Amino acid sequence: MSPEPALIQLSGISRVYGSGDAEVRALDGVDMEIAAGEFVAIMGPSGSGKSTAMNILGCLDAPTQGAYQFMGVEVGGLSRDQRALIRRNYIGFVFQGYNLLARTSALDNVELPLIYKGIARAERRALALDALAKVGLQDRAHHDPSELSGGQQQRVAIARAIVGQPAVIMADEPTGNLDTARSREIMELLTAFNVEDGMTIVMVTHEPDMAEYAHRLIHFIDGRIASDGDPKQVN
Amino acid sequence: MLWEPIRLAVQAIFRNALRSFLTILGVVIGVAAVIAMVTVGQGSKDQVTQDVAKLGTNLLVVRPGQPQQGPGSSGGTSAAFDMRDVEAIQTQVPGVRAAAPANTRTMTAILGSRNHTTSVIGTDSRYLETRDMPVVQGRPFYESELRSGSAVCLLGQTIVRELFNGGDPLGQDIRLKTISCRVIGVMEEQGVSSFGTDQDDFVLIPIKTFQRRVAGNSDIVLIYVAVQSGVSTESAKANIESLMRERRRISPTEEDDFNVFDMKQIASVLTGITGVLTGLLSAVAAVSLLVGGIGIMNIMLVSVTERTREIGIRLAVGAQEGQVMLQFLVEAIVLSLFGGLIGILLGLALAAVGANLLRVPFSPDPLIILMAFGFSAAVGVVFGYFPARRAARMNPIDALRHQ
Ligand SMILES: Nc1ncnc2c1ncn2[C@@H]1O[C@H](COP(=O)(O)OP(=O)(O)OP(=O)(O)O)[C@@H](O)[C@H]1O
Ligand SMILES: [Mg+2]
Repeated sequence: MSPEPALIQLSGISRVYGSGDAEVRALDGVDMEIAAGEFVAIMGPSGSGKSTAMNILGCLDAPTQGAYQFMGVEVGGLSRDQRALIRRNYIGFVFQGYNLLARTSALDNVELPLIYKGIARAERRALALDALAKVGLQDRAHHDPSELSGGQQQRVAIARAIVGQPAVIMADEPTGNLDTARSREIMELLTAFNVEDGMTIVMVTHEPDMAEYAHRLIHFIDGRIASDGDPKQVN
Repeated sequence: MLWEPIRLAVQAIFRNALRSFLTILGVVIGVAAVIAMVTVGQGSKDQVTQDVAKLGTNLLVVRPGQPQQGPGSSGGTSAAFDMRDVEAIQTQVPGVRAAAPANTRTMTAILGSRNHTTSVIGTDSRYLETRDMPVVQGRPFYESELRSGSAVCLLGQTIVRELFNGGDPLGQDIRLKTISCRVIGVMEEQGVSSFGTDQDDFVLIPIKTFQRRVAGNSDIVLIYVAVQSGVSTESAKANIESLMRERRRISPTEEDDFNVFDMKQIASVLTGITGVLTGLLSAVAAVSLLVGGIGIMNIMLVSVTERTREIGIRLAVGAQEGQVMLQFLVEAIVLSLFGGLIGILLGLALAAVGANLLRVPFSPDPLIILMAFGFSAAVGVVFGYFPARRAARMNPIDALRHQ
């Protein structure tokens, strides 16, 4: 009985931007393993490489060096289109700036990932409405982003992230633009998807209060992992 | 399989209504301008061709007076011709189909209380032959009427309209100065020439009647000569010139005191003018097309920032480059087709109105329509497609961050 591979396995990952004098080593030999079902928070000073790491984890960007295995598959050897397939089938994104399509209803925004999954229209509608209901926005389905508050927009973005039942949600500062009450709503939603749907959550945050929702906290400093452990003990 | 991208494209078009409208506007302006201009230009050309055919490309006009003057210039002091000159041309010059006298005077035609100033032309039956002008109602002159100089006349359509108000003129008497003449026939409608002159505004009377009762002499001041088809007007002209020099006893050292004008010269001048006009119109049309194209380009480039972020989002949620490209391509094609169709309809409508105003035939050219449409569609597709392709090839993260 071979052990099941970790969901995410990074070994010796580096990411270098630019070249020559302008070279920036955003990640410098990062090793990390995340198992399915974990809720991981990533913290660290500005510029320490958190977003860079998230983009690589989310297959939006490729590392300069090192090996990244996602569900046992080496991502480094994949084409752009193959990475798109991984994102489509296994990863949901939540961004600090929401990144919803303008002049497009909440429902259509949430449907977007399902279009590329090739799901038929009627089923898409049903799934998207379902996802909106899970984030408590079923009555806002036909509103445009411009008609929603920041917290509501972020909940639409979360509905879009989870509508395709991904294995993992990548959330880069999901509460960065929100007040504490709104932030807690978001964190409770993420916790629910982690506990009830078994989705793995990887989240970058600057707020220790939000990090406490996670079960594991990884600290980045200067592109390296400085500590990795229980959030309650670290703080 | 293509249905879904088309549906999405239509959705995107309505979502970005202003952008779509401006893009379509570019295509519409380009296509409509080209179609309108070229169609009207073609119509004018057809009109001129018709006019030239009506004038007769194998028609010569012989007048007394110095050469190098147009057919409208007066005979001056040179001696007039007489009927024997007409017969000599008719019988002695090879390749002549018909020679007809045509003395003209502006007179007022009167019927009851109505009157109309018109050209009274004294001629004979051969005139109808030289000008290819059939009688559509009634009959031509009888030989006996021509020989005796009867007071009978053939009317152009304008006279019928002006004096008879469109009623039946046959058998009625109209008055030309002191002459009362009986209407025996009506000529076929000729229409308006390229110069804008009414070619139906005339009354034909027998040449003898004209000489006796209008001019008071037996002069002939204008001879129309129709040359047989297949015979060159140049050689007929040369033959007429030498015949007339002989008949008028002009010594070899003297200049001609008459001139032979080839209507082909008018034809070539007219064709030249329309050629220039059509060229100008086409240039204007090309500029419109270009302006339309630049409009499309502009809109597409301006929307690139927003589109790039949109593409970033689509890539992030799992779209592949090809899927994004297909969507944008379909969107550009749908927009261009839509704009192209509106442009064609608008262009044809404008052309129809223009042709009507200029009184030229409405002759749309399918090839030009296709070309204008193709060009605008190409501009729309190219400028919708290439910025989108660039964005779709970007790193999704860079696309998302695009400012
Ligand atoms: N596209 C890029 N080109 C060049 N350098 C970059 C790029 N993206 C990030 N960097 C650099 O990489 C380093 C890490 O950036 P990163 O965005 O990962 O930091 P971060 O930890 O997310 O910071 P913050 O908390 O401010 O979001 C920084 O020094 C940054 O300037
Ligand atoms: Mg960051």
